[in-house]
Amino acid sequence: MFAYIVKRLLAGIVVMLLVSLSIFLLFWYGPSEPARAICDTKTSQRCTPAKLEVFTEELGYNNAWYTEFPEYVGGIFTGRDITIASQTTRCDAPCLGLSYKNGKPVWDEMKGRLPATFSVAIGGAFLYLLLGVPLGVAAARRRGTVADKSLVSSFLVLSSVPYYLFALLTFLYFSVLFEAPFIGNPGYVPFTESPSGWVGGLALAWICLGIFGCTQYTRYSRGAMVEALSEDYVRTAKAKGLPQREVVYKHALRAALVPVVTIFGIDFGTLLAGTIFTEKIFDIDGIGLWALLAVGQKDLPIVQATALFAAVALILSNLLVDLLYSVLDPRVRLS
Amino acid sequence: MTDVNHPPHDPENPAVTEGEELSASNEEQKLTFAQLAQTGHAPTELDPDAEPVLSVDNLKMYFPVKSSGLVRRTIGHVQAVDGISFQVPRGGSLGLVGESGCGKSTTGRLITRLYTPTGGSMQFGEKKQDIARMSNRELKPLRRDVQMIFQDPYTSLNPRHTVGAIVGAPLEVHNVVPKNKVLPRVQELLEVVGLNPEHYNRYPNEFSGGQRQRIGIARALTLNPKLLVADEPVSALDVSIQAQVINLLQDLQQEFDIAFLFIAHDLAVVRHFCPEVAVMYLGKIVEIADRESIYNHAHHPYTQALLSAVPDIKQAGQGRRERIRLEGDVPSPINPPSGCRFRTRCPLAQEICAKVEPPLLQIGPRHKVACHFAGEIGRHPATPVTSGLLGVDRQGSPDPAVTPQPVGTNPGYDKQWFDLDSQQMVSA
Amino acid sequence: MSDPFLVVEDLTVKFPTEDGLVNAVTDLSYTVEQGKTLGIVGESGSGKSVSSMAVLGLHDMRTARITGSIKVGGQEVVGLGESKLRKLRGKEVAMIFQDALAALHPFYKVGSQLAEAYLVHHPKASKREARRKAIEMLDRVGIPQPDRRVDDFPHQFSGGMRQRAMIAMGLINDPKLLIADEPTTALDVTVQAQILDLLQDLQREFNSAVIIITHDLGVIAEMADDILVMYGGRGVEKGPAKEVLTRPQMPYTWGLLSSVPDVHGDTASKLVPIPGNPPSLLDPPTGCAFHPRCAHVDKVPGNKCVTELPPLTAGPTGAGHLNRCHLADPVGVFENEVLPVIAPELLEES
Repeated sequence: MFAYIVKRLLAGIVVMLLVSLSIFLLFWYGPSEPARAICDTKTSQRCTPAKLEVFTEELGYNNAWYTEFPEYVGGIFTGRDITIASQTTRCDAPCLGLSYKNGKPVWDEMKGRLPATFSVAIGGAFLYLLLGVPLGVAAARRRGTVADKSLVSSFLVLSSVPYYLFALLTFLYFSVLFEAPFIGNPGYVPFTESPSGWVGGLALAWICLGIFGCTQYTRYSRGAMVEALSEDYVRTAKAKGLPQREVVYKHALRAALVPVVTIFGIDFGTLLAGTIFTEKIFDIDGIGLWALLAVGQKDLPIVQATALFAAVALILSNLLVDLLYSVLDPRVRLS
Repeated sequence: MTDVNHPPHDPENPAVTEGEELSASNEEQKLTFAQLAQTGHAPTELDPDAEPVLSVDNLKMYFPVKSSGLVRRTIGHVQAVDGISFQVPRGGSLGLVGESGCGKSTTGRLITRLYTPTGGSMQFGEKKQDIARMSNRELKPLRRDVQMIFQDPYTSLNPRHTVGAIVGAPLEVHNVVPKNKVLPRVQELLEVVGLNPEHYNRYPNEFSGGQRQRIGIARALTLNPKLLVADEPVSALDVSIQAQVINLLQDLQQEFDIAFLFIAHDLAVVRHFCPEVAVMYLGKIVEIADRESIYNHAHHPYTQALLSAVPDIKQAGQGRRERIRLEGDVPSPINPPSGCRFRTRCPLAQEICAKVEPPLLQIGPRHKVACHFAGEIGRHPATPVTSGLLGVDRQGSPDPAVTPQPVGTNPGYDKQWFDLDSQQMVSA
Repeated sequence: MSDPFLVVEDLTVKFPTEDGLVNAVTDLSYTVEQGKTLGIVGESGSGKSVSSMAVLGLHDMRTARITGSIKVGGQEVVGLGESKLRKLRGKEVAMIFQDALAALHPFYKVGSQLAEAYLVHHPKASKREARRKAIEMLDRVGIPQPDRRVDDFPHQFSGGMRQRAMIAMGLINDPKLLIADEPTTALDVTVQAQILDLLQDLQREFNSAVIIITHDLGVIAEMADDILVMYGGRGVEKGPAKEVLTRPQMPYTWGLLSSVPDVHGDTASKLVPIPGNPPSLLDPPTGCAFHPRCAHVDKVPGNKCVTELPPLTAGPTGAGHLNRCHLADPVGVFENEVLPVIAPELLEES
């Protein structure tokens, strides 16, 4: 088990290196001038070709990528000094570079934004699992009835609405039209500052993610449960004389959870990596929104950092799912 | 398999009922019993003079077992097939029987080269080409000659392809007939296997289990193979359908002179279909002989136990018959027992069995057995019959006083054999 | 003769499906006494499994339409409420299934699945007692080192051991009736022999009634006292095992005998298949369900086989042996026509 985790983490590091390298190379060999953004900022939009060349040289874009990339990676572990516009700034480990926009260490800003993204992701995921799985189980037990059919078809319709439209409508109704109290003014407030403000500010985002995710998780868990209920071992459980709820929850549900957990691992990683629409619409300063801005401003270090973060989130949540898998199903031997 | 939610029977396809059944031929007129009896098939006869179409010599297949942990080393091998030799005569059929894990299915996959063997040779056809070492490119023309029939008619046919596409696919892959000749050939094949030739544009789910197996057989026949590897071809079928398919296979064998390697766990079906049978245990052939020798004069204790384990219909109302009981389970093929692999469960095992592996010794004109104490039930010798040949004493330790003799390695049968009663080589 | 423990009368089971009503079992009647074994033979779709699942009320009550009567130890099961059915299941009537790998839950230890079966009917027992009982039962069915293997998962058992564990689970509450649905079909022949021996030993020990469902005539010959042959959802022949297998009175039974090769019989006997396919349960044939495949229809005057369902009545040899066939002299037809084709050696012997 330990060896397995180490192996997966090593593999994860390789993936992260590849992810950051590919983005690194994009800026190197891409069509744009990577130093343009910083040059514009520092010269108050009066960037001349000569000045641009100075910044390009300073940022190392005149060197080969294979000398710069190890330096970048090294900085993540040991920190490094970075000079921009003849100004040297100490960037402590984990150094993800300095923002080209404001010259501050990327990690400092990321640290500030992580709680918002985590809050959105965990709250949303919690809500959709809490709603979706029980609904799916209930529908599977009533398979073929009117209740089941209407639930399945209405959720199918709901989940075919594009997510951004769904989120926009939620915002429109709750914030703009009804000006709902407590939740009508979304935004991120740190939990430590005001727990009620945290809940109120994030509630709409959670509801949105929760309902939208729930439509999918109801379908996943209904499908998994229908299959589990038709398994021979569920019939065996029934033939033993077990009460119905034990047959359903102890025997069928545990098996049905396995495929649901698998999908959840991927979904949750994606959620952590940033929910751009959610953060944008509900005005939450998280990683997703940040990444969006950075791409627009060609702020290479931030793009780099958010991509790396997305990779970390996906790798860790997948690892977590695999570990969970081995807990759920004793036949799974991790090696 | 039935369960609460799915009514038993084959509800996928209510469209197929007896009305449009089976074939164009035998539904139109109803058979009387006398006519039906005529369709009955006697067991396939042996042609002792037939040349081998396939000669397998010392065939081995080891699958590596990897360790867990950071570095995955090979820590052992599953000796799925470990040095087996046999011949399949042209137009004849050899049955391969044994329990799950004995390596019979692996053998089938080696012969169709779904696996590349670890060692040994497989000489095929008149030119006696060794297909064990051929590359895929060299194999392509030969793949036409060796085809396979699978066990499960429900999963071995692509549900999205029509029967015509399934049966005709080999023709297109091998480019043997012009495009406009594919359909007539497909219809001809469907008719041969007793299906309505007009049903070529239907999908597999529109057919019953027995009919699907016929489709699988038609596909295997498409390229006029010389050898068919049939891996449990009837065991997924209902009993009343099994006989139909066995009879069909017998007819096809007669008509097209196809040789069969017939892999099955059902000893009765094999007895009916195969004039020669090889019994496998844990990757080895323990006994190989003609039908009469295997079923009425088995000399290996495993063959005897296997046969005695089959329930006997004539036992009706009298309870369980006395039988040779085998205790425990088959040992792991990763670390098989030393010497004779059957010794851990064998009622006859002695010291020599752990020390020396018994050779597959020819003891009759068409009978080979690998046992130190080979003999019919109740007549097993007290001392090893093999010690003199192997140059060992009765306990299996090397005996300098006795010179070992070469024990035949011919995958077929020799003109001379070792007579168990007289303890010397004799010939017919 | 004691009262039979299980009395099934006119049992009919239908399932509505999208394609129509499936007539899975129709007017089925049989009884099983304590200490006796009834063998039910039939192919898939003959209704043999469906009818025995009805004994435990295992069908989905919302969809299955069950009529007739099933009395277990005097208690009517058809229409019985879920909570009363539960007291029956696993306690009075236990069932063991074909594929033990699928029938045991892959995520729970063998021991805890056994203990669960014990605890549900012994609510006062402690977990330790249940575990001890589980080990005792594993030992009883011949699993080596039961105190160690009790903590294994089903996938760590071999096929034969899994089926033994399944049997142990079935017998843990000393049921009075054990239903074994194709208990050895998925097993190798030497393992099958071990399991059948075990079942027979246990039956003698517990004096339970046993129903063994199989398509294998050899298994049924060695295990059953009485045989019920099912075809298309109906019982078509019923009687003492020796009678049914040596003097069968129904052409379908003849067909089964002639289409299955026998490893212990004459090496020269012919294989005569039953033509056609099993009947559709959605739209069963008129008259005798077997008539489209029967080669003896011409012996019954007036096309009766096609138009009229034959009743299951006592045949010429006496009250104990029933057949559902219009033939006037089934025994004569079998002995003079069928037997010479399928087993000539038997005639020469006698």
